Amino acid sequence: MISWITNPQHWTGSDAIPLLIGQHLAYSAVALAIAVLIGFPIGLYVGHTRRGVVMVAGTANALRALPSLGLIVLLVILFGPVFASDLAFLIPCVIVLVLLAVPPIMTNTYAGIAAVDPAAVDAARGMGYSSLGVLLHVELPCALPLIFSGLRSATLQVISTATIAAYVSLGGLGRLIIDGLAQRDYFEMVAGAVLVGALTLVVDLLIALASRFTLSRGLMR
Amino acid sequence: MITFKNVTKRYDNSTIAVDNLSLEAPKGKITIFVGPSGCGKTTSLRMINRLITPSSGTIMLDGQPTEAIDLARLRRKIGYVIQHAGLFPHLTVVQNIATTARLIGIAKKQALGIASELIERVGLDRTFANRYPWQLSGGQQQRVGVARALASDPEFMLMDEPFSAVDPVVRHQLQEEFLRLQRDIGKTIIMVTHDIDEALKLGDQVAVLRTGGILAQIASPQELLSKPADAFVADFVGRDRGYRYLGFVDATSSLAVAAEPAAPLGTEPSTARALTRDRWILVTNAAAQPMGWVDLDQQTGPIRESDLNLSGTLASQSGNLRQVLDAALSAPSGRGVIVGTSGALLGSVRLAEIVTAIESAKAVGMGARS
Repeated sequence: MISWITNPQHWTGSDAIPLLIGQHLAYSAVALAIAVLIGFPIGLYVGHTRRGVVMVAGTANALRALPSLGLIVLLVILFGPVFASDLAFLIPCVIVLVLLAVPPIMTNTYAGIAAVDPAAVDAARGMGYSSLGVLLHVELPCALPLIFSGLRSATLQVISTATIAAYVSLGGLGRLIIDGLAQRDYFEMVAGAVLVGALTLVVDLLIALASRFTLSRGLMR
Repeated sequence: MITFKNVTKRYDNSTIAVDNLSLEAPKGKITIFVGPSGCGKTTSLRMINRLITPSSGTIMLDGQPTEAIDLARLRRKIGYVIQHAGLFPHLTVVQNIATTARLIGIAKKQALGIASELIERVGLDRTFANRYPWQLSGGQQQRVGVARALASDPEFMLMDEPFSAVDPVVRHQLQEEFLRLQRDIGKTIIMVTHDIDEALKLGDQVAVLRTGGILAQIASPQELLSKPADAFVADFVGRDRGYRYLGFVDATSSLAVAAEPAAPLGTEPSTARALTRDRWILVTNAAAQPMGWVDLDQQTGPIRESDLNLSGTLASQSGNLRQVLDAALSAPSGRGVIVGTSGALLGSVRLAEIVTAIESAKAVGMGARS
């Protein structure tokens, strides 16, 4: 397996490892960015106003129950006739990953805001912070640890699941697993799996470091 | 001055939290709302800065109705202190205090300057400035809460059970320091408490509310104790109100302090006996501060620290009749020890003299007003 990875042939061409890693990260990053754009504001709104709590919890649970592989196949069948080119595969793939990433981001943002000490929020309102001021100056900073952990678990799930892109003829590290299986090249498969695992760990570590430097020491004990 | 004019709060299901409340909290004084739970005291407080909107009636700040003031401006004019302090966990002590100053538009650097001065003002060491709330005890957090309310130098202060969440020793300390602080700053304060002792101790004026948000009586602590308006107030003020009333009678004018002989540690019993009138001798330290009593009938050999009877309390020269009476009642010799401001022995007062002083105080004080 190690010799498979270190083999120079696998570092060039259309299936070069760096290229696959780049594609893998690109799918993941696009999906995560969209998921943050959807889940974060909803979580903030629901946490701050306490409106729609039941709906958020229900939606998140329903989304978690979706089978990624089945869904991507269904979406490819639906979108195939609509789009020409790779978009017919790319869009279903991103949708599946977004649906996977939204629940942890949304529920953790909501839970983080909802868990802020009610006395601190009451004090902030009584002192004369506006509703938005309370959210930006008190609730959001205090919720950051949970928001970061939501982002982390979303990232882990997205990077490990992004292997399914290869199942619908796209790139990414899933290529090694799918192609390896097709050619009964088990070293290639294992190399793919190990690379996905390593990539996940590295990105997780980066987020952990980033959160360490952004979070207030007052929130970490 | 904060004025309530026929203020009522009714909730949707038609329960009445505050019923037609009218009262005035005079400028520079502490007004206390006290009553059992469900009496609407916190609701009344929170209607002042409109965290709760009154159903009818008007609340005025210096004659200006609160509805006429912009909500954020209204709240920034009023310091707000709550039970569990409600500090912002992600900010340091000095940053927490600076928030109210920042809210009224003071520049960041200046606000932090004001905040670090206030840290000492509320009795904390400057080394606390860069700690986070979780590193502080409950009492320290509450001090920071008070400092935060003061950083915008508001005319008014609302305090919702500010000292209830700390243990009795710390509570006593915070209360004393709060009174000292208020003597300097003279804010118009309304405080809510369920603790009648706290109300009587801190209040210039005490409003007793009963269940259903009805004002039972508003009066000075002395008047509440000597002339409760009805059975509810009398019961709420407590059984030992006769004794507690003495806490508001100045002792210095009515009592003559007699000289009390004292001996240092190491004194031989025979020497001590020559000094005192009976079997009890008061022992003082090098600074002439009373340490305790020694029973010379039991004493053999020079007086050691372990021989001391420590039951007697001390009354201050500027104290009240309650302290003096307690000093006399608790001293094994029956003589209440009076000390000066430095804690040094001034003399003692006998129980009989105190009772005479109480009788004349009742004749003058309570009699004249009824």
